Amino acid sequence: MRTKDKNGLGRRAVLKGAGLGALAVAGAGLTVREAQATPETAAKSLAKHLGGATAKEGKVDLKLPEIAENGRTVPVTITVDSPMTDGDYVKAIHVVADGNPTPEMISFVLSPNAGKAEIATRVRLSKTQNVIAAAVMSDGSVYTGTKQVKVTIGGCGG
Amino acid sequence: MSAKPRVKVPKKAAKGDIIQIKTLISHKMETGTRKDKNGNVIPRNIINKFVCSFNGTEILSAELFPSVAANPYFAFSARATESGTFEFAWSDDDGKTVTATEKITVS
Amino acid sequence: MKRTLMGVAAAGLMAFGLSATAAEMKAIDKASTTSAVRSGFSYAISETREMQTDDIQNPSFLWVDIGEEQWGTVDGEAGKSCESCHGNAADTMANVGSTYPVWDPATKKPMNVELRINKCRAENMKAKPWKYESDELLGMTAYIKSVGRGKPIHVSLKDGDMEAWSKKGEQFYYQRRGLLDLSCAHCHEQNPGNLIRAETLSQGQTNGFPTYRLKWQKLGSLHRRFRGCNNNIRAEPYAYGSDEYLALETYLAQRGANLPVEGPSVRK
Repeated sequence: MRTKDKNGLGRRAVLKGAGLGALAVAGAGLTVREAQATPETAAKSLAKHLGGATAKEGKVDLKLPEIAENGRTVPVTITVDSPMTDGDYVKAIHVVADGNPTPEMISFVLSPNAGKAEIATRVRLSKTQNVIAAAVMSDGSVYTGTKQVKVTIGGCGG
Repeated sequence: MSAKPRVKVPKKAAKGDIIQIKTLISHKMETGTRKDKNGNVIPRNIINKFVCSFNGTEILSAELFPSVAANPYFAFSARATESGTFEFAWSDDDGKTVTATEKITVS
Repeated sequence: MKRTLMGVAAAGLMAFGLSATAAEMKAIDKASTTSAVRSGFSYAISETREMQTDDIQNPSFLWVDIGEEQWGTVDGEAGKSCESCHGNAADTMANVGSTYPVWDPATKKPMNVELRINKCRAENMKAKPWKYESDELLGMTAYIKSVGRGKPIHVSLKDGDMEAWSKKGEQFYYQRRGLLDLSCAHCHEQNPGNLIRAETLSQGQTNGFPTYRLKWQKLGSLHRRFRGCNNNIRAEPYAYGSDEYLALETYLAQRGANLPVEGPSVRK
């Protein structure tokens, strides 16, 4: 967890905010940091993938742990409400995050023969942040879902 | 030394069934933002593309970024339409492509 | 009494063989909630448990595959593979994971699975020993432990000076060390289940090793975990395969007696 220290989050700050307080500090207390994604760059990156379509909230469910046991390997399942027929299916799913070094996480292209719009994989989250998935339907409409995951500081700094 | 990819596809299915596919492959997914002991940036090397096809037609593909965890795992579905072969391909930044195939009998 | 029951539950599972992981895990879980001795598995969040219980989700199995392949691969001047002498690992290695470390009369030390593999390579295969923490040694260790999954840990102290080594390990366990001035016992005996910062402490049981740690993003040995723990309390870590860690490994097997072998597991 040396990167955290570099970013100005010392042991003392964490010890002061015991329990849940520590989670909040771990997520929000960093002021100086290297180039990385923000909610704005995450939105921009999504917009680039979506090519101008307006996104509505809904139909996309993101399953991630509330609090990741370790941010370096976080299981995620993305489910989109779609019949997945030749006439009505999910064409693509774009997943971004607003607190990693870069916003893009992974993009999927699906065919109707995927049968079910549900995909599981594992991602890295460098700190507490939002994971956002946008599904592009075969009719061109776009739906999004968001989930916040808390990433905490481990035991003795390990 | 790295292992062969692990792929799980049911051996048999009824036509129209939606089957579950799982894949796991060994890869460090080096982000390109880490530094070695001498302070030099370790070059990015990730699997950037994954494709699953059935009898030559794409079912699902993925474009991966450094935020995908090491040893990428995927679970997804496919509709059983006919007997045939699933093909899987993973390509990384070094230009290396690893492939795997699994046969399925559909009745 | 509880321990005995757990041993029986675990032994009953062996009959299912390798495919019974989910059932095995359920038993580990049950054993852990009814016994004072708890596997690290029982402290993990459901997502991490699920990752361990499915052999294709469990990334450790990438290393088990390496081990299985090496098992049948001829190496060294003697022109032998593991298989040449030991045949089918599922038959001949099933009791290894649960009974090691054992006494090695040649070195007059306890010998863990890693050291046993390398001894065999050097003496019988006339092959170069694998480096501790190499994919090959981790893989072979994981493969050998995987064929004994579910067996209750029982490390005998009868042979040689095992008893004395276990005592040495016990001393290590209760010895304060490092800038944080902590012993193993402060966290893993006095505070399992409690938080250290935002992390839940476990009993520090060894039945899941080698383990795929989410943090490491790869498989790692028990001695790597010891080194990490020592580093974290700002103590000088000992070498892989060192006397200190062999003694500790021998002692910890006593603390975790009857826990089922889970290796290779998934931990945070």
